[in-house]
Amino acid sequence: MSEPTPEQLARACARAFGLDEVRVDGLRRLAGGASRETWAFDAIGTGIEEHLVLRRDRAGAAFGEPPEFTLLQAAARAGVPVPAARFVLAPQDGLGGGFVMDRIEGEAIPRRILRDDNLARARDAMAAQCGTILARIHAIDAATLPPLQAPEPGVAPARAELTRFRELLDRYGEPHPTFELAFRWLGAREPPGREPALVHGDFRHGNFIVGPEGIRAVLDWELAHLGDPMEDLGWLCVKAWRYGQSASPVGGFGKREDLFAAYEAAGGALDPEAVAWWEVFGTLRWGIICIVQAFTHLDGHVRSVELAAIGRRVCETEHDLLELIA
Amino acid sequence: MTQDRPTARELLDAVAEFLTEEASPALDGRRAFLARVASNAVAIVARELALGPAADDAESERLRTLLGSKGPLDALNAELARRIRDGSLDARREDVVTHLRETVRDKLRIANPRYLQS
Repeated sequence: MSEPTPEQLARACARAFGLDEVRVDGLRRLAGGASRETWAFDAIGTGIEEHLVLRRDRAGAAFGEPPEFTLLQAAARAGVPVPAARFVLAPQDGLGGGFVMDRIEGEAIPRRILRDDNLARARDAMAAQCGTILARIHAIDAATLPPLQAPEPGVAPARAELTRFRELLDRYGEPHPTFELAFRWLGAREPPGREPALVHGDFRHGNFIVGPEGIRAVLDWELAHLGDPMEDLGWLCVKAWRYGQSASPVGGFGKREDLFAAYEAAGGALDPEAVAWWEVFGTLRWGIICIVQAFTHLDGHVRSVELAAIGRRVCETEHDLLELIA
Repeated sequence: MTQDRPTARELLDAVAEFLTEEASPALDGRRAFLARVASNAVAIVARELALGPAADDAESERLRTLLGSKGPLDALNAELARRIRDGSLDARREDVVTHLRETVRDKLRIANPRYLQS
């Protein structure tokens, strides 16, 4: 699929905003994933100057309202800080499938968020903000959302996720004894099933845009699914997302007590034992994702020294797992 | 045949220096980041050359004792994984954990020695 051009984007914005003419400046690629692209650009027209982001799928994605677009709108209605979803790409735009949203100014790089003096107040506030935000996400009525991945009827979310990652690890056919120990530990302690709710699926430090007042936007909703809300709280506390500040379990910036208190104050139903289980699960999940990413390079799908190097981070997660379960 | 200087290790050090001191500062944004990733990857290889063989030998020795089996390291690890998974090592969990801790520590000394201090 070819790169988007300013002219194509300008015509798409003109169509979407109902203007005769739009000019696009500053088109640039932001960090891309393996399955989709993110581009920043500015759209200038009569009486408007919009700072925007194009999110599009790599070749072959279907048209129609992407699930992430609908989720962003539902999240905004629920009081969750997210970029405003502006419009869905149409076939006549010639840009493939995807959508455009507002671009939020702020800092997104975790190591900077953790050391920037201007963000000290933000760091103090963020654990509680995470709690409030997650309670609002988990309260969104799933019936108002597009179909999302969910556990089979009668299968608890924990069991469904364990099965999913078991099968994923088995696909590679390599021995990982520490992961086997973790699977056994997790399988013997599964939290009880609860009514599946909307789960963000990748709510962690690294997916926030932060300003001096704290979290301005929660990004990357592509892994949202129906499941156990405690999964989001556990994932947030996984050691990898502390970026070296291991003494602060919540993203390297905050304490579990602050996260939990705010979650409950905002109406969330907290189960601390389940959160601890999901933190162990999340550590295992990140370790398996490291293997998947290394093989994305090794199998030739996306050649990248970054993906190759991530394969050597598996032992960090093994270390973390042994600390948690041994 | 004995190779001429620089040694493999010295060559890797030269590549790492180039990536860190020349390539990374001359590139912007993502490519500068990738140059640092590449430099780090080269450092991993250098440490693996230095520490890998002894770590593998120690791991094999521990596995032969733990499992009562012989064979190459890959096969021993496959057996360990299988036996943890099927529960037949549950009664020896402490021994398994001790072994895994040492194995993971040796892996980290190669892949990211600073992680052991974090």
